[in-house]
Amino acid sequence: MSGPPLAWYLILSAVLFALGVAGFLFRKSIITIFMSIELMLNAVNLSFVAFSYQLKQVNGHVFAFFVMVVAAAEAAVGLAIIVTVFKNRETLNVDEVDSMKY
Amino acid sequence: MMDALFFYLFATLVLGGAILTVTRRNAVHSAISLIVSLIGVAGLYLLQQAEFLFAVQIVLYVGGIMVLFLFVIMLVNLDQAAKQRRFNRQWWIALLCVTAVGVEIAYFVRKGASAFSMARPPVAAVANAGGNTEQIADVLFRQYLLPFEIASVLLLVAVVGSVVMAKKRI
Amino acid sequence: MNFFLLSVLKAAVVAFVLLTTLAYLQWVERKVIAHIQVRMGPYRVGPHGLLQPLADVIKLITKEELIPPHVNKFMYLLAPFLAVTMALVSISVIPFGTEIHVFGTPTWMQLTDLNVGLLFILAVSSMGVYGIALGGWASNNKYSLLGGLRSSAQMISYELPLSIAIASPLLLVNTLSLREIVQAQTGSIIHWNILRWPAPQIVSFLVFLIAGFAETNRVPFDLPEAENELVAGFHTEYSSMKFAAFFMAEYANMVTVSCMTAILFLGGWQPLFSPAWGSNFVPTLIFTAGGLIAIYHGLNPARKLDRITLPVTGVVFLLVGALFLVPAAQNALIPLFWFAAKVGAVLFLYIWVRGTLPRFRYDQLMRFAWKVLFPVALANLLVTGLVVALW
Repeated sequence: MSGPPLAWYLILSAVLFALGVAGFLFRKSIITIFMSIELMLNAVNLSFVAFSYQLKQVNGHVFAFFVMVVAAAEAAVGLAIIVTVFKNRETLNVDEVDSMKY
Repeated sequence: MMDALFFYLFATLVLGGAILTVTRRNAVHSAISLIVSLIGVAGLYLLQQAEFLFAVQIVLYVGGIMVLFLFVIMLVNLDQAAKQRRFNRQWWIALLCVTAVGVEIAYFVRKGASAFSMARPPVAAVANAGGNTEQIADVLFRQYLLPFEIASVLLLVAVVGSVVMAKKRI
Repeated sequence: MNFFLLSVLKAAVVAFVLLTTLAYLQWVERKVIAHIQVRMGPYRVGPHGLLQPLADVIKLITKEELIPPHVNKFMYLLAPFLAVTMALVSISVIPFGTEIHVFGTPTWMQLTDLNVGLLFILAVSSMGVYGIALGGWASNNKYSLLGGLRSSAQMISYELPLSIAIASPLLLVNTLSLREIVQAQTGSIIHWNILRWPAPQIVSFLVFLIAGFAETNRVPFDLPEAENELVAGFHTEYSSMKFAAFFMAEYANMVTVSCMTAILFLGGWQPLFSPAWGSNFVPTLIFTAGGLIAIYHGLNPARKLDRITLPVTGVVFLLVGALFLVPAAQNALIPLFWFAAKVGAVLFLYIWVRGTLPRFRYDQLMRFAWKVLFPVALANLLVTGLVVALW
């Protein structure tokens, strides 16, 4: 059984990435910006796996795995930062978090 | 035929979830949409015989990272934030950037089309001797042992960093 | 018989048996707890309250569908069904017994065998937290929200020791397919993972069991629904079938964790000792003994009704015991008996603990997960890996 061609996955991945970029640039809430980053990482993973399937080897899977590990680390630190920011300034709006020292 | 059907199903989940994630006002709704999107991505992994990544995607992303997200969203009360404007002021710059990124990716995909047989479906399955998980383990612990160790150190740093940041006094 | 029809048949049988088990598990729990506390338990509906689950189901179905006005409607309705779906899905990869023949077609007593079966169960069970967390959030009630938050923190924390405890027996069996895990433990009790040479997994068994209690939100880890601090926790605002769905999810999770314990550590459907020493006669012996005791008490009745009911029960037990001697049925029934016995033993442990132990305080719960269970599981994995590599 043969799956859909590679181009389908790549286009899907590109659209997903563009959506992630859009969310990252458009939204104001830090949490939603974070979620957009997750979207972009997933788009990249998707194309890794698609290429890996095309080339019949699992190196792409390993790369996707590493991306997930980095995403986990990033989420842990990022969410800790979010909680700290909210504790100090009572807002999660990126436009208002504009000074280094508060 | 079946595969194409499943592809469309999962692609709808992925894109629909992503669009809702970017546009919903309520952060919890955004998170739920993102979960739907991630599950769609997991389905696409399964479609490409990446069973291990499918499981990791669900356990790590859906079961771990997104629960943390929800946890933080519930912890920080965002009631007043939900009533503010969703999008920031430089929306037209953002739109420009998104279009640029989209055009760029489309251009490179088109340019690189000759290197891969993009339009033809891949003929045979990944050599499934011993299953996907064993293959990944082989590659991971032979070829990529050093990156693996570095990744574990990165995780350690992340753990320590988040504890330091979240705790008032140590 | 074609594959599709057979799969539908198997799914129907498994669903029926599972749902009945869930209903009666609750009866068993109430009875056992009652006897621990020197009470009678349910007694009015049917003999010994045996029809109580049925009455409960009717009560829950016919109750008024109540949706409080202040809830987030979509999430509020989604949460209980998410919880129960995630709880029921994982049963589909659990093997109950060996290969059998249904109308001449060979098939396994298992809905499907994935080569990543164990990861699949972990994945599905990690999604179970959403039902509770979302239910707590959507109820728009501070007690519910606190229950939901507690449960998400608790389940994330205890998933780590749980996963690490699973990893060490995997080093012994070298597979992720649940069917092959059981096949690797063929033989008597010393071949089961819990006592297996060279690395007995007793520590990992205990860690898995404790973390399993926490994952299913059972006493002593039932902080998400601690009634003396949080009213009823995450399901405070739920009634009728939506409440029943949460209830069913909890019991289905219990059954899944018990099945996993039986498969990973207690040899699944493998008998306690080898059939060469007559383990095939154990079910017959147990049922015959039960039947004879029932008939004896029926002959010396304590109440008037016992003169009829107890001998009838005894004869039924004797018949079931005789069924285990029929060669044609033996192949299917004996593995099933051992599997059910092991799962039942673990489930009994769950109920026993509920009747015995008090609830943890929240900081104790977290400290226990991170400072005791997690290091112990990690050390066990390290030692197991070393022993397996060096042996």
